Amino acid sequence: MYGNDFPAGDAPGGGLLDEVEAAEAALREAAERGRRGATAGEDLAAYFAEVIDADQKIEPRDWMPEAYRKTLIRQIAQHAHSEIIGMQPEGNWISRAPSLKRKAILLAKVQDEAGHGLYLYAAAETLGVSRDELVDLLLSGRQKYSSIFNYPTLTWADVGAIGWLVDGAAIVNQVPLCRCSYGPYARAMIRVCKEESFHQRQGYEILHTLAHGTPAQKAMAQDAVDRWWYPSLAMFGPPDSDSTHSAQSMAWKIKRFSNDELRQRFVDMCVQQAEVLGLTIPDPALRWNDERQAYDYTQPDYDELMRVIKGEGPCNRQRMEHRRRAHAEGAWVREAAAAYAAKQRNKEKVAA
Amino acid sequence: MIAAQRLGEWSTRAPEMEEDIALANIALDQLGAARLLLTYAGELEGAGRDEDALAYLRDDREFRNCLLVELPNGDFAVTMAKLLFLSAYQVPLYTALAGCADERLAAIGAKARKESAYHLDHASLWVRRLGDGTEESHRRMQAAVDEVWPYTHELFTPDPAAPVDPATLRADFDATVTAVLDEATLTLPQTSWTPAGGRDGVHTEHLSYLLAEMQVLHRAHPGARW
Repeated sequence: MYGNDFPAGDAPGGGLLDEVEAAEAALREAAERGRRGATAGEDLAAYFAEVIDADQKIEPRDWMPEAYRKTLIRQIAQHAHSEIIGMQPEGNWISRAPSLKRKAILLAKVQDEAGHGLYLYAAAETLGVSRDELVDLLLSGRQKYSSIFNYPTLTWADVGAIGWLVDGAAIVNQVPLCRCSYGPYARAMIRVCKEESFHQRQGYEILHTLAHGTPAQKAMAQDAVDRWWYPSLAMFGPPDSDSTHSAQSMAWKIKRFSNDELRQRFVDMCVQQAEVLGLTIPDPALRWNDERQAYDYTQPDYDELMRVIKGEGPCNRQRMEHRRRAHAEGAWVREAAAAYAAKQRNKEKVAA
Repeated sequence: MIAAQRLGEWSTRAPEMEEDIALANIALDQLGAARLLLTYAGELEGAGRDEDALAYLRDDREFRNCLLVELPNGDFAVTMAKLLFLSAYQVPLYTALAGCADERLAAIGAKARKESAYHLDHASLWVRRLGDGTEESHRRMQAAVDEVWPYTHELFTPDPAAPVDPATLRADFDATVTAVLDEATLTLPQTSWTPAGGRDGVHTEHLSYLLAEMQVLHRAHPGARW
């Protein structure tokens, strides 16, 4: 019921949603097809390779190479952490949202993100790691979250820019993961992508309203796009020439496209949408390349990306400190819940 | 409206991720009910004020919320004490409204009653967990009840002209709260202090700060659409 009063025609996300639905259909079809003759008896590695080749899904009980398991744990956990830390920059505007409708939409969105985090932690747990362990890895800084959430939300328009650009980049990244070879992750991504595309549309709608509002509102929208464009491009990771995990992940069908391919897809998608918004993408070199049938654009500053990943972005310390404090200040509540549950179990035992 | 604002402050700060979702969910319900009520109030007034005009362009002396909901969140125990008392009041209130003669109010009551029942369940469970959990949680939960309890009396100030006279809700409220506190091994404080004034626009010092934050952006762009 939120934000549906915007004409669907020029809003983003439509094509990507079709891809999500196609992935969902493929998933069902693969399940119905059942697995080919091989049984998981003798040659485990051959069976694993066969399932991957046949575009079927690896499930939690299947044998899998240790490196496959580790790569997935790292990637799914980082994804879950990003949802949880990503609540902060937007949560920063809940109390100040400029209308009650916007406040309700933002509350619902931040709530969705917590839900995505839980869903992804559950997917990671199917690989034999506990959520508590993963949360410890996040809080101790041994696992990362997306670099984008280390940038501050300085105005209301940033909430719109995060929806349009950050969620947009996330979807472009995640739609191919709906076809990832690990079943629980693929299913999580289908669900997450559907909600994310809704969030992206809401962000776009915020910017559209601002860009067609007062001059001050339009300036606010442009300023937000100016600040979020390059950090969003950097979300796709380092250029292919520097990417360490790509080749193996591609072979395992965890990843389906390279960082640069997805980044290009995102740029091509945004240019048109920016025109409809009446906002400018802050890249003077941006222009259509007829030969490549794609836009040429200026690469983000990868040195900055590496600095932010290393912990030296504007908000790294603040985000981690906030998460650690919430966790520490909630300890007595979690202990109370555990003690109460134990007492209840005891009472039941005595009664039985 | 004000309860939603306070609950929204918990976002990203809750003791566990499930609770982050639950508190946001309850905030969203409270906000939803507030929007329906404010919209209807604006229509009855007939001066062209919509929900946003009423939420963003009134000063604290014009707000009519009870003092209970504007109190700061405090620790998780204080928030749960506030939520228990608020929802134990809202369940019979919305139930009574659902049967009142005004059709619009009856429809709002019918919708909000179901949500309040969920809020009451949630708060009751946490008050029992904290009250009957560890020594530390018991101490904090009792302190929270002691701190917040005096603000409940204002909820039941008689008003025979209202669609539902708040005084008639007291017995139901007392029965609910006493049962939960008993199970939680908690006691009600003996005090004669009954702070009030919210319904007349005479608030605690907390409300003005809350509104300053809530209204800042809206007021900075007069007449803008969002």
